[in-house]
Amino acid sequence: MSTDAWNEIYRENILDHYKHPRHRGTLEHPDITYEDANPLCGDHLRMDLKVKDGKVEEVAFSGHGCSISQASASMLCERIAGRPLEEIRALTRDDVLEMLGIELGPVRLKCALLALKTLKAGVYGITQWPGEEGS
Amino acid sequence: MGRTVTAGTAASAARTATGPAPAPRGFDARRVREDFPILRARVRLPGAPPPLIYLDSAATSQKPQSVIEAMSDYYASYNANIHRGIYRIAEQATAAYEDARARVARFIGAASPRELVFTRNSTEAINLIAYAWARPNLKPGDAIVLTEMEHHSNLVPWHILAAERGVELRFIPVTPGGELELAALPRLLADGRVKLVSFVHISNVLGTVNPVAEIVRLAHGAGALAMVDGSQSVPHCPVDVRALGCDFLAFTGHKMLGPTGIGGLWGRAELLEAMPPFLGGGEMIREVKLSGSQWNDLPWKFEAGTMPIAEAVGLRAAVDYLERLGMDAVFAHDRELVEYALERLPEVPELTLLGPPAARRGGVVAFTLGTLHPHDVATVLDSDGICVRAGHHCAMPLHEKLGVPATARASFHCYSLREDVDALVEGLHKARKVFA
Repeated sequence: MSTDAWNEIYRENILDHYKHPRHRGTLEHPDITYEDANPLCGDHLRMDLKVKDGKVEEVAFSGHGCSISQASASMLCERIAGRPLEEIRALTRDDVLEMLGIELGPVRLKCALLALKTLKAGVYGITQWPGEEGS
Repeated sequence: MGRTVTAGTAASAARTATGPAPAPRGFDARRVREDFPILRARVRLPGAPPPLIYLDSAATSQKPQSVIEAMSDYYASYNANIHRGIYRIAEQATAAYEDARARVARFIGAASPRELVFTRNSTEAINLIAYAWARPNLKPGDAIVLTEMEHHSNLVPWHILAAERGVELRFIPVTPGGELELAALPRLLADGRVKLVSFVHISNVLGTVNPVAEIVRLAHGAGALAMVDGSQSVPHCPVDVRALGCDFLAFTGHKMLGPTGIGGLWGRAELLEAMPPFLGGGEMIREVKLSGSQWNDLPWKFEAGTMPIAEAVGLRAAVDYLERLGMDAVFAHDRELVEYALERLPEVPELTLLGPPAARRGGVVAFTLGTLHPHDVATVLDSDGICVRAGHHCAMPLHEKLGVPATARASFHCYSLREDVDALVEGLHKARKVFA
């Protein structure tokens, strides 16, 4: 890791989403709700969705975890709110990394991908880690 | 190193490479550090990674030059399989391997090298007991006592056994202060169904030093055997199996300045004698016919297949190194650092320490920092070259009991400095700023 690794990892956008998370909370009567955890870190995440006309009408996340897992959940919610449900299936590991704008080692990668994993499991029943589907 | 090296001179040659042994009373961590290549860089050069401030010795220790050289010398000068070849280097390798066993056996106070089985690590040693001792000896309704502060390696093998054999698991509780509630043990043992008490000597999370002799006495009084997980004690303090009075001891090489891939199971000879083998294969047999086999003598009965020879040679060099420092001195150094850390860490606002006071712990300090996730703390520390562990440290039940999902942990060894603790404190202040 470079000498200023934290500058790299904790870019302003990540810290911003961590300190001021978007879509944080739970929804009443969600159409889809799913919880998952990353036992290695103790990260725990729940995603709630309301779906209307095949689109994500409302989305919210709750739980606890490190800044990377929380920021990526916040960014992901922002990304899918109002979008067709079908777009979630197409989201990949690289999309998440692009949103975060950083490269991560294998341990922190799981932190970054927990939100997408939870989301895909809730919507499609896909329970593998993004990037490891079918492996 | 010339080609005429013998097993006996491999270690002594390595010894000269690290200079004379330090005087027993002149323990100087700064001088010790010079023997560890990975820790030698002290100055931060532009563009280069920062010098290591290694505070994760409970996960694995760093290795002195003498260990690295002993292993490379084996490969460069007398690499051969053991117990088989009758040519010169094969005999040298066999002598080096068995010499390592004798040396390590003496280090832990074993009555005989026969009582020391080399394994991959503590985990394998505990599994060996679960498979080769517990399965033939325990029946449904029997019980095993563990503690709530065990590493997963002393939980999962028993979970497997419990599910398979209907054996009951009981747990000595941990107090909020991170110590064993020993008063509960007589009650757990009272019905006479407990056949084994298996427990950690020094907790890898809390650093708690458990009263081994007392637990062993209670176990034996109830007709149970006692196994000690010495993963964090054998590397850090004097351990003498006969003084402890236990029946089995598991330990691992890579936490005691030695290489990965080698550890040990010590067991009382009569117990090991009565046990069937764990793994089947070459070397563990005396005679094989198509219809069956006859087991080899101790300790080879438990060492199937080609063993990690270079690793045994490396472990021997590590034990030589530790004994030159003196285990009393190593432990005193750990205690001094942990006392200093417990004094300085509370300077950091919102920091919560876990575990007992310095007087009852080894060189391990786990803590939480406000609402910051330990991974975030560890990542900020890493930017200054500070290596700490973050997570549950393979002790999830303990974290659940203490009510924290994860902790950050700093741990020391003979090369750790007070300045390392200072750097940690500074790094924690920085982490708070980043996430403020």
